[in-house]
Amino acid sequence: MTNSWNDIKNADVILIMGGNAAEAHPCGFKWVTEAKANSGAKLVVVDPRFTRSAAVADLYAPLRPGTDIAFLMGVINYLLSNNKIHHEYVKAFTNATYLVKDGFKFDDGLFTGYDAARRDYVDKSNWEYQFDEQGMAKVDDTMQSPNSVMSLLKAHASRYTPEMVERICGTPKDKFLKVCELIASTANGERSMTSMYALGWTQHTTGAQNIRSMAMIQLLLGNMGVPGGGVNALRGHANVQGITDLALLSTSTPGYLVLPNEKETTFADYIKSRRFKPIRPGQTSFWQNYEKFWVSQQKAFFGAAATAENGWAYDYLPKFATAYDTLKIVDAMAAGEMNGVVCQGLNLLLAAPHKDKTRAGLAKLKWLVAIDPLETETARFWENHGEFNNVDPKSIQTEVFQLPAAVYVEEEGSFTNSSRLIQWHWKAADGPGESRSDIQIIAGLYSRIKAKYAKDGGAFPDPVLKLTWSYTDAASPAPAEVLKEINGYVLENVTDPADATKVLLRAGQQLPSFVAMTTDGKTAAGCWIYTGVYTDAGNMAMRRDTSDPTGKGVFPGWGFSWPANRRVLYNRASADAAGKPWSERKKYIWWNGARWTGADVPDYGPLVAPDKSVGPFIMNPEGVGRLYTRAIMREGPFPEHYEPMDAFLANPLHPKVSASPVARIFASDAKSFGSPDKFPIVATTYRLTEHFHYWTKSVHGNAVMQPELFVEMGERLAKAKSIKDGDWVEISSQRGAIKAKACVTKRIRPIMVNGKPCDVVGLPIHYGFIGLARKGYATNTITPFVGDASVNTPEYKAFLVDVKKTSAPATPATA
Amino acid sequence: MATLQSLDIRRRSASTETPPQVRKATVEVAKLIDVSKCIGCKACQTACLAWNDLEAPVGYFEGTYDNPVDLTPTSWTVMKFTEYEKGDDLEWLIRKDGCMHCDDPGCLKACPAPGAIVQYTNGIVDFVSENCIGCGYCVKGCPFDVPRISKVDRKAYKCTLCSDRVAVGQAPACAKACPTQAIYFGSKEDMIGHAEKRIVDLKSRGFEKAGLYNPPGVGGTHVMYVLHHADKPSLYADLPDDPKISPMVGLWKGVMKPLSLAAIAFAGVFGFLHYITKGPNEVSENDERKGDDLAKGKGA
Repeated sequence: MTNSWNDIKNADVILIMGGNAAEAHPCGFKWVTEAKANSGAKLVVVDPRFTRSAAVADLYAPLRPGTDIAFLMGVINYLLSNNKIHHEYVKAFTNATYLVKDGFKFDDGLFTGYDAARRDYVDKSNWEYQFDEQGMAKVDDTMQSPNSVMSLLKAHASRYTPEMVERICGTPKDKFLKVCELIASTANGERSMTSMYALGWTQHTTGAQNIRSMAMIQLLLGNMGVPGGGVNALRGHANVQGITDLALLSTSTPGYLVLPNEKETTFADYIKSRRFKPIRPGQTSFWQNYEKFWVSQQKAFFGAAATAENGWAYDYLPKFATAYDTLKIVDAMAAGEMNGVVCQGLNLLLAAPHKDKTRAGLAKLKWLVAIDPLETETARFWENHGEFNNVDPKSIQTEVFQLPAAVYVEEEGSFTNSSRLIQWHWKAADGPGESRSDIQIIAGLYSRIKAKYAKDGGAFPDPVLKLTWSYTDAASPAPAEVLKEINGYVLENVTDPADATKVLLRAGQQLPSFVAMTTDGKTAAGCWIYTGVYTDAGNMAMRRDTSDPTGKGVFPGWGFSWPANRRVLYNRASADAAGKPWSERKKYIWWNGARWTGADVPDYGPLVAPDKSVGPFIMNPEGVGRLYTRAIMREGPFPEHYEPMDAFLANPLHPKVSASPVARIFASDAKSFGSPDKFPIVATTYRLTEHFHYWTKSVHGNAVMQPELFVEMGERLAKAKSIKDGDWVEISSQRGAIKAKACVTKRIRPIMVNGKPCDVVGLPIHYGFIGLARKGYATNTITPFVGDASVNTPEYKAFLVDVKKTSAPATPATA
Repeated sequence: MATLQSLDIRRRSASTETPPQVRKATVEVAKLIDVSKCIGCKACQTACLAWNDLEAPVGYFEGTYDNPVDLTPTSWTVMKFTEYEKGDDLEWLIRKDGCMHCDDPGCLKACPAPGAIVQYTNGIVDFVSENCIGCGYCVKGCPFDVPRISKVDRKAYKCTLCSDRVAVGQAPACAKACPTQAIYFGSKEDMIGHAEKRIVDLKSRGFEKAGLYNPPGVGGTHVMYVLHHADKPSLYADLPDDPKISPMVGLWKGVMKPLSLAAIAFAGVFGFLHYITKGPNEVSENDERKGDDLAKGKGA
């Protein structure tokens, strides 16, 4: 989240699209009810289904799954053509005025530089700004130049008329315009809109660009950096924000630093492209500090073994050739390219798309380690469970090791929630039986691997042998010690560059802030953005001060919000160019004549006067927010509507380039996509409030609340197929077929797409063949194996199926 | 909450005398369910199971989100989902169903077992299992169809408004668990005041008929709803528009009770008179033989 859960109470308009917060985030949703009940906020829900969020909304609009960009670009077109943007904000704080190279074009679904054979944009040079001799981006403050981002955006968005939105999305024009009007009511600095989204936007081949579209809308409205504004990702697990922060991604290291790739063979190669010089005069370009964070990380990883001479142990890090995300791992497994897999807190068989492919892959492994507090389908993939998991155990040779882990209440530690808020949690009980905490399990694995390398040597044992492991109990590192290491500490005294006798930081102390880090190896920190969470003053994640001095929902003394305990990112943008709040209602951070002050920690140099014209988006080398992303995203500098891989129709905008031209497709899956002649119904998957992923089907109360897999369908489809509530239905896709019980509902509205009826069915994901709920099919049996081009997220939210009435599964659905 | 604690008894079933009160006027409590804020997450249902140690069975999907589909002896509160079409627009009305804790409780009035149902001075209507005879009259007496008789122990069960929690100054488990503050708990007076504010908000959003459900036909209730459509309570999964205690209960307690007692007395008197005029029943040898055959399985 750019803002925080609590901050939602400051919103005047709340748009839930690409998520279903009432269903999936009921506790955080209290801030929506707070905004509605106490400040008259209006809730708008746009979703293929009339959801639990829609049940308490002021306005609901349906859309076809996978058409969010068409809808959002339609909103942008509405804002631009009706002059409903925050002009002063757009001019001062976005790149609307920037000039793009002459060679940039968008034609028939493709941007300049596409290579069809490689399914990629191989030449992105024309996506760049025009630069002057000093390397500064050229701007046109009038925005009249046809090369200005504003002109290009107007042209790009102009195709998304309300009529086109209705044609693609199936959203009735009057409903679409009502949504636009409410959104536009916040384009003034007096009112703000918050955007709440989750997997409903990410799980598409166009996922990253869905979110880009909303970021652009919020910039046009002036809603970034203001209370009650922002683009807010609602994270799934209690700690999934922490997982991404600490880099459980194959191409990152902690704090969103980048793992070197195979072409960057030396530290000098690696760091030269990461100097992030400003591209407008006087801008902060905070990533200029990258080297400080990176060197401190290497010192935390490898201590004395990381020296200036060896490029801070640069060779100790792996260099990636390709991203090893979940899809890639399953694909490699299925191709027989992997010997073993460790699944820690991951029920891969149910979590990855195309279950049969995953199961085939698991069966080709020599060994599988399942670290989990619960029995999982993954650990039992080799067991025959009738039609729900129809395998022959005798034909599977994979050796499975199950390591029982503690659940979070059986260990202490920290959670980082969607608000970037790090909160400590305390242990409530001992885990049962032989269970151990995940830290203990990993420490046990590490000590054995290290002992083996120490004894037997190996091609390159140094990264393992020289890893920093200075915990009091090597077999069971205390979570507090780990958090101290993540925060960072001082290795050698750091003195004032102007006066060497003046010690700024003394060896041994905890780092107070990431600003204090150095490039000379005197500081160490495991994850720079977390610095400040555990200082010499103690563990800030344990703080529980409930006071909110300004009443803006900041609660500065509760836990620690990265970075620097800041609750709203880019908050300098809550004031105009002169540093004056846009309005009294939205007063948050302002210039008091001597410094920046207000409700929150300023996201800005605290003493940088407004007349220095430093932009509020300090992480960008431009200093402004991007309506145009240059060559940063794989799909192009502007979002564009592409049909899902299982396409209901040819893209009405450009039928020749119908689906994303850069979506991540594996060669082995080329034939696994469905067409509407065989599979004429659009399907989407989702979570239910009664369940948490694949865990709570093992919990009695949750199993009682929603005991069994079902499929939701509208009355039009049910009538056509003679299906009634509670009937067994077969849902088939190009990947396979499942059975579920029918839930016939008015909540899936009958929509018309491109002049013909489009029926949608919805399937919850929670069921499998283990647990206390009714045994059932795994929904991911039928979902497509294809990823978003930029971030590889699978397309669970939009695919094609057919449905027909069927009989009950042969295996009795006993609990 | 301390002022809400007293569990002094206002009245008890099948008892004519009013229990004496040492303490003066206890504050009356109420639970206010704001249907317009409810997201149907069932946290309240789960909290109810957990707090009351209820072993509800895992059921089946029956075609709706309602699970369990209705109140049971082990499910004292359930969410009832109704899809309501209004022109082109749809509303999904989600109502938490359970005991309404009537001020004039039909169950208590109908109950023939002394002390099986009590009403505390704070308004909570509670079932006292050890006094329950499982006759099911409370089911007939309830205008909201709430009590359920267990097949396991033949006792009646329903929401207690967490009388055990209220007695120690805690809100009911459902109110505690509700993430959106759709369930409020406090004095009935405060809850009515809170409802009034919510109704103003709902009216400002176009729900002109928004209002409080506190039906006078049962003397008002200690569980109240804020409804968007207070003019049509039956939209909400058949919430009674104008609930009243069945006239049969009045009949049983009024005219029928002395008549029944008279019938019982008449049967006794008739038996006595029959005995003294005709003498005891005699068993013939033939009767004995037939009886033996029956016992040995020879008879029909």
